[in-house]
Amino acid sequence: MRADLQIIQQWVEPGHHVLDLGCGDGTLLDFLQRERNATGFGLEINPEHITTCMGRGVSVIEQNLDTQGLENFEDNSFDIVLMTQALQAVRRPDQVLDEMLRLGNEGIVTFPNFAHWRLRWGLALSGRMPESEALPYKWYNTPNIRLCTFHDFEALCRQKGIRIKSRRVVDGQHQDSWLARLWPNLLGEIAVYRITQEKAS
Amino acid sequence: MPDSLPADSVGIVTPQTYRFETPLKLACGQSLERHDLVVETYGELNADRSNAVLICHALSGHHHAAGYHSMDERKPGWWDACIGPGKPVDTNRFFVVCPNNLGGCHGSTGPNSINPETGKHYGPDFPVVTVGDWVKSQALLADRLGIDCWAAVVGGSLGGMQALQWSLDYPDRLRHAVAIASSPRLTAQNIAFNEVARQAIISDREFHGGRYDDHDTVPRRGLMLARMVGHITYLSDAAMGEKFGRELRDQAYKFGYGVEFQVESYLRYQGERFSETFDANTYLLMTRALDYFDPAYEFNGDLSKALAQATCEYLVLSFSTDWRFTPARSEEMVNAMIAARRKVSYAEIDAPWGHDAFLIPTPRYNAIFSAYMDRVAREVGA
Repeated sequence: MRADLQIIQQWVEPGHHVLDLGCGDGTLLDFLQRERNATGFGLEINPEHITTCMGRGVSVIEQNLDTQGLENFEDNSFDIVLMTQALQAVRRPDQVLDEMLRLGNEGIVTFPNFAHWRLRWGLALSGRMPESEALPYKWYNTPNIRLCTFHDFEALCRQKGIRIKSRRVVDGQHQDSWLARLWPNLLGEIAVYRITQEKAS
Repeated sequence: MPDSLPADSVGIVTPQTYRFETPLKLACGQSLERHDLVVETYGELNADRSNAVLICHALSGHHHAAGYHSMDERKPGWWDACIGPGKPVDTNRFFVVCPNNLGGCHGSTGPNSINPETGKHYGPDFPVVTVGDWVKSQALLADRLGIDCWAAVVGGSLGGMQALQWSLDYPDRLRHAVAIASSPRLTAQNIAFNEVARQAIISDREFHGGRYDDHDTVPRRGLMLARMVGHITYLSDAAMGEKFGRELRDQAYKFGYGVEFQVESYLRYQGERFSETFDANTYLLMTRALDYFDPAYEFNGDLSKALAQATCEYLVLSFSTDWRFTPARSEEMVNAMIAARRKVSYAEIDAPWGHDAFLIPTPRYNAIFSAYMDRVAREVGA
């Protein structure tokens, strides 16, 4: 299993009710259902992925975060809301974060780090928009329209009063690496954040 | 009918009639002392009786869902596109059961059956039945067939409402409910269209308050109008546009009120054919059953509360151009299921055909329906 998914599943407790935003082919939810006895739903817009989810018994709802939002879900109706590798592809990541923490006690977010040294290096040297394993697109066809760095994300969390409970950093192949842990914003390619709303004191 | 049967057809099928001698208490307060259900089945019931799928029909449907009654039959059953060997409801794996609903006019007890009390047709005296009554009678049928638990109850439109009702009334007797192009309740506009259809029938001079048999008449014109207005709601503007556009039967306007546009000709043809095969009292009854369907009613309009008693998993599908039961109606159902923490999957399928899209096997519809039913089959070891 991918290292980022491995990390996420450790944070899901048995019987948790989970919402997975952009659940893809349902790999993670399928795993959580079988191994963690979790319940819940995935949201997805890719027709092939939706079909795969249905075939493997993952509850999937065709719903577009950008155009339909999450208003149909009730406050505090999930234990955990997940969003793996999709934050950078929605139109308003800040609002999606708010929604995640409205629906769930806890959120888990993963996204590619635009400050990774190879991307910085690529841009500095060639003067062209960087591409990488985590970001394998051209500037004109990329679904990743809201790229940010770990620092950007953390600044947004501070501004919103979102508490980061843990952060784990992996490389482009989703492998754990000590280098990335050492200097994440430069050497980490993908981060897994576990967040929660700071309780008003 | 082609000279030979297609390989993915269930082939020649013969309906069977099941007689139920115990009184059936209906929602309206009346009881039917005895009743018949005419039923078609396809495929084989497996040894542990776990692979049965109930197909519920829509407003003008019946038990003939797949295959052919004879080599002379012009068209196969109404859902032949989805039921058969290798099709989404795969008859190599499932035992498929499709009854004609109570109150129908294709062999099950209904307005044109003989009322044992009078020795004459029930006609307008046949009690108004509800979706709940249908489900109850289908449960008796399941008992008769030795089916404790359906692998799935599946239906489109009014059939999807029966699937939903099943999950509420007999939660431990189905594993999956599939509601396609359906709605948790009719809107005012839906009821309005039904009322126009009913008025077309009732105001036909040949209707005689529903006792047209006594007068040896048939309210053809009323039925035809009812079907014409209904048919418009089954198609999308785009589908009608593509099929007919503004095409004329002859080259020029005739400055009169006869049939000039192709769409007029089509609607009249559909209406006329329907009026020859369908019973007017049944049409009134079926539209009323639609109007009354509202499982949330007893729960202050909160469908998620109604769903608290359900345990099955749901598949809900809608079609982008369906304006009779719009995707929003399906989403209403889905949102209630989410709130009730039921397992549900939902997709809105892009299809140009309007409400009728549930009868037409477009690639994505086929892929999703097949994937879901394949999983149902695996789950029950079929």
